[in-house]
Amino acid sequence: MAVMTYREAVRQALREELQNDERVYLIGEDIAEFGGSLKVTLGLLDEFGPKRIRNTPISEMGLLGAAVGSAATGARPIAEVMYSDFFGMAMDQVFNQAAKMRYMFGGKLSIPLTIRAPMGGRRSAAAHHSQCLEAWFMHIPGLKIAMPANAYDAKGLLKTAVRDPNPVIVFENKMLYNVKGEVPEEPFFVPFGVAKLVREGSDVTVVAVSDMVDYSLKAAEALEADGISLEVIDPRTIAPLDIETIIQSVKKTGKLVVAHEANLTGGIGAEIAAQVGYRAFDYLQAPIERVAAKDSPIPFAPILEKEILPDDQDVIDAVHRVMDYAG
Amino acid sequence: MEKQVSQEVGLQLYELMVRIRKFEEAVVNLFARGKIPGFLHTYIGEEAVAAGVCANLTLEDKITSTHRGHGHMVAKGGRFDKAMAELYGKATGYNKGKGGSMHIAEPDLGMLGANAIVAAGLPIATGAALTAQYLGKDWVGVAFFGDGASNEGAFHESLNLASVWNLPVVYVCENNEFAESTPRWQHQKIKDVAIRAQAYDIPGVIVDGNDVEAVYFCAKEAVERARSGGGPTLLEAKTTRWRGHHEADNQSYRDKAEFQAALENDAIVKWESVLLSRGVPQEKLDEINNRVEQELKAAIEFAEQSPLPDPADARADIYTPFELEAI
Repeated sequence: MAVMTYREAVRQALREELQNDERVYLIGEDIAEFGGSLKVTLGLLDEFGPKRIRNTPISEMGLLGAAVGSAATGARPIAEVMYSDFFGMAMDQVFNQAAKMRYMFGGKLSIPLTIRAPMGGRRSAAAHHSQCLEAWFMHIPGLKIAMPANAYDAKGLLKTAVRDPNPVIVFENKMLYNVKGEVPEEPFFVPFGVAKLVREGSDVTVVAVSDMVDYSLKAAEALEADGISLEVIDPRTIAPLDIETIIQSVKKTGKLVVAHEANLTGGIGAEIAAQVGYRAFDYLQAPIERVAAKDSPIPFAPILEKEILPDDQDVIDAVHRVMDYAG
Repeated sequence: MEKQVSQEVGLQLYELMVRIRKFEEAVVNLFARGKIPGFLHTYIGEEAVAAGVCANLTLEDKITSTHRGHGHMVAKGGRFDKAMAELYGKATGYNKGKGGSMHIAEPDLGMLGANAIVAAGLPIATGAALTAQYLGKDWVGVAFFGDGASNEGAFHESLNLASVWNLPVVYVCENNEFAESTPRWQHQKIKDVAIRAQAYDIPGVIVDGNDVEAVYFCAKEAVERARSGGGPTLLEAKTTRWRGHHEADNQSYRDKAEFQAALENDAIVKWESVLLSRGVPQEKLDEINNRVEQELKAAIEFAEQSPLPDPADARADIYTPFELEAI
């Protein structure tokens, strides 16, 4: 095992996939000499040249649309949306075109397109550079969505995304880019739709995505001192969603907390809660808790942003509520 | 003397136009009789554009179309039977009844879809051109769209990207002077969409869209330019829409004199007389008309007799199957 940052793990996945298949190229804003706004693609231009590391105008619909058309005709582009907040400028090409072309055409083509989109707040980047928009895309049939929470998954999920013949959005967490983790030396893939049991426990199931996984682990450590055992599950992909693993865990613990950084209303926690409520109703000992950002645009001032976004303390509080309810 | 097409090409253009006109007339009739569900936007009056452009294209060339897409489908080599079955919503249609009139597509013919989102085809055709350039393929991308679409961001972002990267693509604006019901003077101050090419430093060409021979030669130049590495062209064909935006539109907003003039400026009638004046025997034209009518009759019969899709298949073809183990 090598130890590397999440950023380096993403870069390695890109490098390996570029080496593996000539049809693969990168397309995005400031990704070449500049190495991307968040420096993920730094150095790849020197290795692969401007034909394969393609700087575009600031033109999200133009570049994502071109990537869709290119994927539809035999290439395998990996597009970068500099900040996932910028998806708005390009939405039609993602949710009406990429997601639906295969279906509308009766299965006559595939869109092997990967879109990397850095997400998340905690950087005082305010309302246009901080959002977690995964729920928008989870709502659209035809898309797959990965949300790596560590370096290992960042590499393995991205490599799978590139091989997958469907449009895949990989939401990379900006706050995790500098976090180190163990990553195998040899090539590997992380399958979609297979949740990871991050921590085994017996009292409460916590389903967490992206950086809420680490916050949940922190919460688990703190709660252990109080004699409360958390089982932490990271779905890793929310489309497809490994609901079975979640259901099995809830059947064991009887209590569920879902944690995501995106705001509460209409978040992926609502969907997970609904599915668990329907399928494991008889096993639930307490109402399902959702840990999420408060419904608000993300504010600029650090003290305000901290007020809005969830962290380990919110997980701890939610766990106490379900424990108290269950008695 | 003006450039003239060979008799062979002249008859090809004639047949393409007749095929589109007769198909659309039949479809209008069938729609009125309740045989075709949904919306219906017909291409009648604009035939010379699709015919003149597509006569320059190979099977490998990729086109994107609009909500008014039957004409492009037919001009790109679409079969009546499968097209009609698709409009009927039958299992034997080009897209198994999943797409219908507004999404009819056949990638094997290089037809990347009618598209019910105005201007959405431009980025996709741009992407098809990007694949050609990137993978060294010989094909060109061609995007058909209307004057209304030329006000969308997708238009501008596509032309800009294609210009910067010198992509092999032709943007064909079918300027029928109406954005749905809104007349040109209300939706853009310019009279000619082609002048927008200047902003992207690419050729902008205006052609009489009711003169199929002129369209043919202008498109030929643009397609050859694209294919030989000369980059994109914006080709604007001045055309007229005979029927409403869709079949529920009685065009009460149209000036009667303008509309009458449009009807009298029939590209097919005009081309017929040109061919006759150049010594093509009337029988040859009659033969084409008869052949097309026979094919159409058989196609309607095929659509009528074809089975409906199985409701069990309603969710088929959303995703392309993918097994990680198969890597």
